[in-house]
Amino acid sequence: MTTHFIVHDKKDTVGVIVVEDVKPEMNLTGWIMETDETIRLKAKDAIPLGHKIALKDIATGETLLKYGYDIGKSVAAIGKGRHAHVHNVKTKRW
Amino acid sequence: MARKSAKSLNFLGYRRENGRVGIRNHVIVLPLDDLSNAAAEAVANNIKGTMALPHAYGRLQFGEDLELHFRTLIGTGANPNVAAVVVIGIEPGWTGRVVEGIKKTGKPVAGFAIEGNGDIMTIAKASRQAKDFLHWASEIQRTDCVMKELFISAKCGESDTTSGLASCPTVGNLIDKLDPLGATTCFGETSEITGAEVVCASRAATKQAADKFMRAFSDYQAMIDRYKTNDLSESQPTKGNIAGGLTTIEEKAFGNLAKIGKKTKYIDVLKPAEAPKKGPGLYFMDTSSAAAECVTLQAAAGFVVHLFPTGQGNVIGNPIEPVIKLTANPKTAREMSEHIDLDVSGILRRQMTLDEAGDALIDIMIRTCNGRLTCAEALGHREFVMTKLYPSA
Repeated sequence: MTTHFIVHDKKDTVGVIVVEDVKPEMNLTGWIMETDETIRLKAKDAIPLGHKIALKDIATGETLLKYGYDIGKSVAAIGKGRHAHVHNVKTKRW
Repeated sequence: MARKSAKSLNFLGYRRENGRVGIRNHVIVLPLDDLSNAAAEAVANNIKGTMALPHAYGRLQFGEDLELHFRTLIGTGANPNVAAVVVIGIEPGWTGRVVEGIKKTGKPVAGFAIEGNGDIMTIAKASRQAKDFLHWASEIQRTDCVMKELFISAKCGESDTTSGLASCPTVGNLIDKLDPLGATTCFGETSEITGAEVVCASRAATKQAADKFMRAFSDYQAMIDRYKTNDLSESQPTKGNIAGGLTTIEEKAFGNLAKIGKKTKYIDVLKPAEAPKKGPGLYFMDTSSAAAECVTLQAAAGFVVHLFPTGQGNVIGNPIEPVIKLTANPKTAREMSEHIDLDVSGILRRQMTLDEAGDALIDIMIRTCNGRLTCAEALGHREFVMTKLYPSA
């Protein structure tokens, strides 16, 4: 069974796409490394290898969690299954 | 061709006069300053098997920046991967300071100054000396060495999210396995811990080490705040990082920190190019996050083999310290295969465990220590980049 995305920590709100051909409306299988759980999610965007997918609806200004830690904040709403990257997420530093 | 497998954690290295162990046997021609690059390169061209290390600096530096310049040059010459050194400088004073610094290791070293001689006479004299050193070095034999004699550095580059998922944790797995065996290891990249600094401080073995780390971290942040013109997007993270899916410095920092594994604690914090003084264990070094600057400083501190996880495909090498590249990005492993010593993309396909990847990295590292050339060595990557702290006088 193909693993389409990997999640570091159970608390995370984003996962990482690890295959090269994710298209909108694709049904994806994910693996949470920390707990060795399998989860499923429908992609809503084409998302390149290595880029992040939102695991839940994320409101504007919400902190994103990856590795179980704060990795920045959303600057636009990100729907579940959408591509989370520099167009809708920014650092809280510098 | 069948791949050979390292049979044990022992390796065949070169034991130097001061007892330290190298895995390469270079005779180098080291310019003191930018003006001496031409003569140094001419000597290395005359005497095949020697190597010049040209660089851009060495004139009118002062204060801490000058100290770092000397520490980097002397440390590079003193590195146990180097058998003997010819130093060439524009004038004899500072040239002699580098020679005397390297001489403390007991290895053969000679200095030549250009003023009063000119390039041609200097090149002739230095070439004869380099040839003598080369003949001598070429007869040194490798001997049995053990893990507690090995100095291993780590730094990642052109990272992407696969670095944090798999290639950096693979290095961490190696460190967690080799730390109890007495390996001396090093990580750095001060700005690239931004967002993960509290977690990093918690990985110090002592309160002194944690405080020293937080001081170095805060000083680096203050420097960035002083000079920044934006949020550093496209610099840190780089454009390559962003193309690979990394969005913020915080996200990059947690991936970077995965290189120190899950349990190993660092015992001290080093200045740039400072040699470890507290015996075997993990050290943090205060460095830039630019690949060539960081590896040059780690090599100057005496580390002899480097582990370099990459996501998008950084191609860096170092003239004296072999750089082993690993990637977990299947696209990079496929499209840039000539640069990749170890492909751990199987972790992402769940065809390889982290533990298996760590063992595979130990295996390729031991083979590299025994003499296998890295991809960067085969491709001629010799990036020697001095760190400069501020403008010259």
